[in-house]
Amino acid sequence: MKKNTTAEKDFFAPIKAWKFLFKKPVTIKVPYVKREAAERYRGFHINDWEKCIGCGTCAKICPTDAIKMEEIREIPQKYGEKPQRPVIDYGRCSFCAMCVDICTTGSLKMTREYVHISKDPEDFIFIPTEKGIHGIENVPIGWTRDENSDLLELERVEMEMLQGSERVKSFIEYVKGYSKEQAMHEAARCVECAICTDRCPEHMQIPEYIKSIWKDDLNEALRWLMKGKESENYFGANPFSGVCGRVCTHKCEEACSLNNRGEAIAIRWLKRYIVDNIPEEDYGKILDIKPSPKNKKVAIVGSGPAGLSAAYFLATMGYEVDVYESLGKPGGVMRYGIPSYRLPDEILDKDIAFIQALGVKIFVGVAVGKDIKFEELKEKYDAVFVSTGFSLGRSTGIPGTEHPDVVQALPLLREIRDYLRNGGAKPKVPKSLVVIGGGNVAMDVARSIARLQMQEYGKVDVKVTSLERNYEEMPADMEEIEEGLEEGVKFYPGWGPIKVKVENDKVIGVELKKCVQVFDENGKFSPQFNENEKTFLNGEMVVEAIGQAPDYSYLPEDIKNKIEFIRGRLLTNEYRQTSIKWLFAGGDIVNGPDIIHGVADGYWAARGIDEYLSQKKEG
Amino acid sequence: MGEVKFFFGPNHPGMHGNFSVHMYVEGDTVVRAKPVPGFLHRGFEKLMERRLWYQNLALVPRICVPEPDINEMCYAMGIEKLAGVEVPERAQWIRMIILELARIANHFMSFAGIGGPLGLYTGPFWGVADRDKILDIFESLTGARIYHMYIVPGGVRKDMPPKIQDMILKTLEYIESRLDDYDNIIFKNRIVHTRLKGIALLDRNTALEMGVTGIGIRATGVPYDIRKIDPYLFYDKVEFEVPVATEGDAYSRLRLKFLEIPQSIKIIKQALEKMPEGKVNVPISEGNALRFRVPKGQVYVHVEATRGEYGYFIVSDGGEKPYRVTIRGASYPQTLYGIEKYLPGTRIEDVPIWLDTMGICSPEVDR
Ligand code: SF4
Ligand code: SF4
Repeated sequence: MKKNTTAEKDFFAPIKAWKFLFKKPVTIKVPYVKREAAERYRGFHINDWEKCIGCGTCAKICPTDAIKMEEIREIPQKYGEKPQRPVIDYGRCSFCAMCVDICTTGSLKMTREYVHISKDPEDFIFIPTEKGIHGIENVPIGWTRDENSDLLELERVEMEMLQGSERVKSFIEYVKGYSKEQAMHEAARCVECAICTDRCPEHMQIPEYIKSIWKDDLNEALRWLMKGKESENYFGANPFSGVCGRVCTHKCEEACSLNNRGEAIAIRWLKRYIVDNIPEEDYGKILDIKPSPKNKKVAIVGSGPAGLSAAYFLATMGYEVDVYESLGKPGGVMRYGIPSYRLPDEILDKDIAFIQALGVKIFVGVAVGKDIKFEELKEKYDAVFVSTGFSLGRSTGIPGTEHPDVVQALPLLREIRDYLRNGGAKPKVPKSLVVIGGGNVAMDVARSIARLQMQEYGKVDVKVTSLERNYEEMPADMEEIEEGLEEGVKFYPGWGPIKVKVENDKVIGVELKKCVQVFDENGKFSPQFNENEKTFLNGEMVVEAIGQAPDYSYLPEDIKNKIEFIRGRLLTNEYRQTSIKWLFAGGDIVNGPDIIHGVADGYWAARGIDEYLSQKKEG
Repeated sequence: MGEVKFFFGPNHPGMHGNFSVHMYVEGDTVVRAKPVPGFLHRGFEKLMERRLWYQNLALVPRICVPEPDINEMCYAMGIEKLAGVEVPERAQWIRMIILELARIANHFMSFAGIGGPLGLYTGPFWGVADRDKILDIFESLTGARIYHMYIVPGGVRKDMPPKIQDMILKTLEYIESRLDDYDNIIFKNRIVHTRLKGIALLDRNTALEMGVTGIGIRATGVPYDIRKIDPYLFYDKVEFEVPVATEGDAYSRLRLKFLEIPQSIKIIKQALEKMPEGKVNVPISEGNALRFRVPKGQVYVHVEATRGEYGYFIVSDGGEKPYRVTIRGASYPQTLYGIEKYLPGTRIEDVPIWLDTMGICSPEVDR
């Protein structure tokens, strides 16, 4: 420590300052000369409207509440975007630039301007655009986010899964699921913008249940999943959360605002985490659903996602619900279409068990139209909901498809699942297989047969061919394709089938021609081929997986005449009500094409049925 | 003539911030004095319980305007201790550079502050202009001149921009070249000697009793400096001295500030030399800033501010917001107790001298 020595008093010392008398002053010049601000200056805001998605994350981080989100009418309504943009109140802004550092798209920046003069107080509240507060082109940019100042975590917590070479050996579920730590970490990345909720057909309360995971409150999370906004008629609830936590097409993740600069939140896996970690027997206590009986009965035809969802929502409202299923077990496509390595039976059973626990009766092995007449339903019930799905396969109709070794995807998948749950005969396992189709059903067939081949012959020989010319064009989810590749499936995109070649009464493969265009300039399906470029894929069996068709044979003619169809689908209003007031419909036969759409149909149909029956009672 | 009451501040050129002293005087002598804080009406500590951990970064620098970085440092340090976060080396050196630059800037401001009560303006005006040169560095480094919001839990917000080292070294060189001028115009000045020597005295025992730290205690011969006593950052890895005086008067306090400037320069130069390349921050928590969580626990951290020991007592219940933050404002003892205890007996014109040389910061009291 140093001792202070007092400065000697000096009479002349101040005089020494006189040497500065003729020096250039350090003061600001008049008239005012503009001084350049530093390169990372935190001045006013600019926002690139093309990039901004209106997620509102900037408003959430703002420590002074200086940002409000404002609806802008001119912004077109787009999926994955909200028609709103941030408004900044400079009476509140502390110029911290946290909004810039967290912006999910990188659209928000700050400028190097620091002077803004106006008599009008309104001029200090403005909606930043690329022209900044002064409406000029090429505003000098100041503070921008960099990798150090970034306030988002851009990479998702990796999901552990079996390697392709391992998982192709069995039908065991290969995605392992998140641990508690992993789930909480992943949940901590969410910015709660709720764009995912808008995108989800069922409008599930996604940010809410993700937040519950983050808070480690799984009971609350389950309530968000299964009851949605309880005060708003269960808006956003999903009785098939267990199923969707595994096999949902997760459009929400495509919309996730984090997708703009990093990896979307693993919403589907988080949902799965909730369901997996709550035992079935606790559902009743946690959800505590106590409907008041309405003394009215509703019949549901088909026990797929739409039918059973409608049953669930109707049961929560107090209706008596009977579900009729022609197959041996309930679940429809979830039970008979999706392979068990993606969706084990137990998960589906768990979801269905809770629906049944609410009093819903499911009659399996009862085919409406055969075992019970459709007209009878009308007599016994106050309303009827049909959701029979697309249960028939479609054929390309090319020569050779009449051969017994050319089969349709859906019946084959059904056979495989029945066999695996010891319920049926072993399906034929070909040494080599050609699958025609580029959608998820084609992937399911290819990957299922690959597994059976592995078990039977120790090697995989499955070829998938489709009109679509590349993986991006193919309707299948990219992860299905990637995982198929890892399991040894080979892809031949961009080919159209000419004929199935049969020699000595045996299928030997498919002849193909080059597809040069799938859709026309208007996006309509209009395949064009180069007839001169041909190839051949060998296979002793061929599966056609080019789409499915509905089966309306159970509907009486007079009903069919009264309701409207559009391209094979039933026309309904937003409450899934057909032109016959007591008849509602949903699922593939109305909206398609996946489980979550089915759930949404079930929800709106239940609301519609409730409204219809309430009015009927009053009337 | 009897006792007369009048208010010194909150609006008064000699007043340091939004603060008021109610003075009861007889003639020119203060008989009684009562500090009246609360004009800033912010309630920082309470506000902090309602903001996310990260959002408080915009609030804390405002607790002491001339020395915002001290608050950023304490807040970050507290969170880092609770979260068990190891701050990258480069960030620690950068933090030291910032804190010492802030110390110099703050001392310059104090020189400026003394101008009013002394009626001596040249030197103090220089102080303001030279402080601005340091603010230029802050602007380039942090993007802002006053509220830097740059030291964040886990490190600093961005790496140093290119060429900033040159800028810092040039400024330091310039300041060093100015020290003689300051010495001449302020410290060898007869007026300053006459007006500050033996004025606003604080003896060692009272200082200890009141909890005065920093320049206030060092001017009474106690070499109390947290940088030496409980080193944080890399203060134990650099060479510097802590000037001490024994007179305990306003002059020696101002003089100590002056003597600290070359020491700070020394520290900054060493930091620039020793600073390695590398990362400048690490995450304190999983996820994004909206979801930062600090593990359950409580911690007291302290640093050496220009006005003394600055401390944060932080309690976390493991949630997204602090459960409680209590701040030991370094100027608290000399502002609240000191005014009541020490101003009686002084002359009216010496009141602002007490406030300036003791380093009073009113928002720190209004926290
Ligand atoms: S700079 Fe900070 S205070 Fe200003 S709008 Fe952005 S987040 Fe809010
Ligand atoms: S965070 Fe970025 S993308 Fe989201 S609303 Fe704000 S400016 Fe737009």
